[in-house]
Amino acid sequence: MSGNLLEINDLHVNAGEKEILKGLNLSIPFNEIHAIMGPNGSGKSVLSNVLSGNEDYKVTSGQIIFKNENIIELKPNEISNLGLFMAFQYPVEIPGVTLMNFLKTIHEANRKANGLEKLGPSDFLKYVREKAKILGINDEVLKRQLNVGFSGGEKKRNETLQLLVLDPVLTILDETDSGLDVDALDIVSDGIVGMKNEENSFLVITHYKKLLDKLSPSKIHILVDGRIVESGGQDLAEKIENNGFESFN
Amino acid sequence: MNKKINKPTEENFNNPYEFGFETEIESVFAPKGLNEDVIRFISDKKEEPKWLLDWRLDSYKRWLKMKEPNWSSLRYPKIDYQDTYYFSAPKETEKLKSLDEVDPKLIETYNKLGIPLKEQEWLAGVAVDAVFDSVSLGTTFKEKLKEDGVIFCSFSEAVKEHPEIIKKYLGTVVPNSDNFFATLNSAVFSDGSFVYIPPGVTCPMELSTYFRINAAGTGQFERTLLIADEDSYVSYLEGCTAPMRDEHQLHAAVVELVALKGAEIKYSTVQNWYPGDENGKGGVYNFVTKRGDCRGDNSKISWTQVETGSAITWKYPSCILKGDNSSGEFHSIAISNNYQQVDSGTKMLHLGKNTKSRIISKGVSSGSSSNTYRGQVNIHPKSENSRNFTQCDSLLLTGNCSATTIPYVESKNKTSTIEHEATSSKISEDQLFYCLQRGLNEEEAIALIVNGFCKEVLQKLPMEFAVEAQKLLEISLEGSVG
Ligand SMILES: Nc1ncnc2c1ncn2[C@@H]1O[C@H](COP(=O)(O)OP(=O)(O)OP(=O)(O)O)[C@@H](O)[C@H]1O
Ligand SMILES: [Mg+2]
Repeated sequence: MSGNLLEINDLHVNAGEKEILKGLNLSIPFNEIHAIMGPNGSGKSVLSNVLSGNEDYKVTSGQIIFKNENIIELKPNEISNLGLFMAFQYPVEIPGVTLMNFLKTIHEANRKANGLEKLGPSDFLKYVREKAKILGINDEVLKRQLNVGFSGGEKKRNETLQLLVLDPVLTILDETDSGLDVDALDIVSDGIVGMKNEENSFLVITHYKKLLDKLSPSKIHILVDGRIVESGGQDLAEKIENNGFESFN
Repeated sequence: MNKKINKPTEENFNNPYEFGFETEIESVFAPKGLNEDVIRFISDKKEEPKWLLDWRLDSYKRWLKMKEPNWSSLRYPKIDYQDTYYFSAPKETEKLKSLDEVDPKLIETYNKLGIPLKEQEWLAGVAVDAVFDSVSLGTTFKEKLKEDGVIFCSFSEAVKEHPEIIKKYLGTVVPNSDNFFATLNSAVFSDGSFVYIPPGVTCPMELSTYFRINAAGTGQFERTLLIADEDSYVSYLEGCTAPMRDEHQLHAAVVELVALKGAEIKYSTVQNWYPGDENGKGGVYNFVTKRGDCRGDNSKISWTQVETGSAITWKYPSCILKGDNSSGEFHSIAISNNYQQVDSGTKMLHLGKNTKSRIISKGVSSGSSSNTYRGQVNIHPKSENSRNFTQCDSLLLTGNCSATTIPYVESKNKTSTIEHEATSSKISEDQLFYCLQRGLNEEEAIALIVNGFCKEVLQKLPMEFAVEAQKLLEISLEGSVG
């Protein structure tokens, strides 16, 4: 595949009456990891949500082209089934639904949307265990209710498991590293690196250079007040770690 | 009806066509309306002994003096009890030895309902006693049950074959003076199931009955009696569906359970009668009296129910905890959508010492429906060291529906405790978006979340029922959002 997997052109987005994204441009080619850094409240999560089709936010102008299709009018599940996955900054709890059952349900929905038969129970169990093993998640965790009573770090690991199971084309990680301990960060980033191939890409939102050191993104973008104000290489992360976002205002 | 009914003669009864009974393709109706003659007709048709006819007539006299209860939250147009048929049976009710003898048209109806009898037969270890309209048509696995001395047959058959057991237990849990609907049932009940488990026997299979309502405008008055003798165990499954229909249908069933010393009864219901259309037109009116009597020490009765159907549901499966150390459980899921009205719950009456009861109620409301949990826990002065735990959770899917929890609790013994917890919640936008982001559409997402909400109760159902029930939750919530 060639060209860009994702292209965002002059995107303006409102939350209620307030404009949050103010003319954002961003392109992500296939087989690349891009990172976004930016101060609290600059619009990083709003961007992730808009890309995922969250109707809480209104796109007032601009384009989001994903896999050569303008996805602004699409529903979240339609976008998801095109192959976009967002790991939530704050994953929600769903009482009574086990992680295993949730994985099975979303995996089946995803395959169905793409014209594939669902896996049989034992094949699926094998598939999930394989992915869970990469992340050091055991069967006990699979039996627990989705995110109910999970620690912050456990929730993030959970998000990563769903990511591995769905194996999407574009992955957005919204501060998936926040809350992970040092070892977990290693495990999760190894999992992500292992997933990367020529047909997918990643957009990683983070506040920490540490994750970026592990993922070595092709590009780092600085998001301030609803716009990408600078894009560059790994050195940008270092600059921010040392001086903060002061110089970008 | 074109002929006026006066006093029917012996001859009239033997020739229903003469008598003016309607014979719609498959059914024989008693004439519309209720009077002593209709009761005599029903009893006669079923070749019942005199004592049973007398009991029916006594019930009818009591019913005439009773008033339809109005304490529930249900609102429905006045029911004209004279405008209902009280008896309908498939053509001739000869004894059928196997399902092959059943009219293929009936089998076809089952197939349309998605629960083909044949498949039920294949379900290993499940004996099926099919009730079509009011009369049982076929019973399978009877032989196997017989080996263990288990009796599982239609109520009418039991009246003939085991009159002494019927006479001993009928009306001892739900007396024929109990309430308006139960008393009506006692007067006109058509058929139902009968189960007797002998002492010390663990029933070798789950017993299952499928109830159907089919003939237009026919009231349904099922009567079920289940007796678990000392130290026996039985799990009984009851499931119901009804075809689409415009007219309101009256249904007033009675279920009586008796658990003797050390016996355990598990009674599970999946109920999905026609709830009416999305504008509130049509649907079944369901007024049921279900009660279990833990008559012996160390006995146990548990009710598990998944209710998704009926326009009106009035139903309070209860336990009388008479024996010392006896225990009662009630696990319920009540789903209401569109204009359905549910007023349901349970009663736990603690009489014996060290009795325990546990109530888990999950109400899911959607559309413009109303869903009331009404529960009563009573601890008698002599009921020492007894305990009740009640948990009522409601989940609201739309802004128009309502959920109400009305617990009545009374403890007259200081050594006993009653605990009550209640929650009310909505599916959050965040939960929905989360599921959608993972590729589920809105209906799939809601079904998943609702299934999670109901899990505690679903787990109490026997395996094959749990799967069916889960599907049912999904179907009944279709179109509840968006
Ligand atoms: N639903 C909403 N309604 C109103 N304002 C909102 C809504 N969602 C986000 N905002 C506002 O939009 C701005 C951007 O929020 P966003 O969550 O994208 O920040 P962020 O860059 O992800 O910050 P952080 O680093 O803290 O995660 C904030 O001022 C926030 O308060
Ligand atoms: Mg954020």
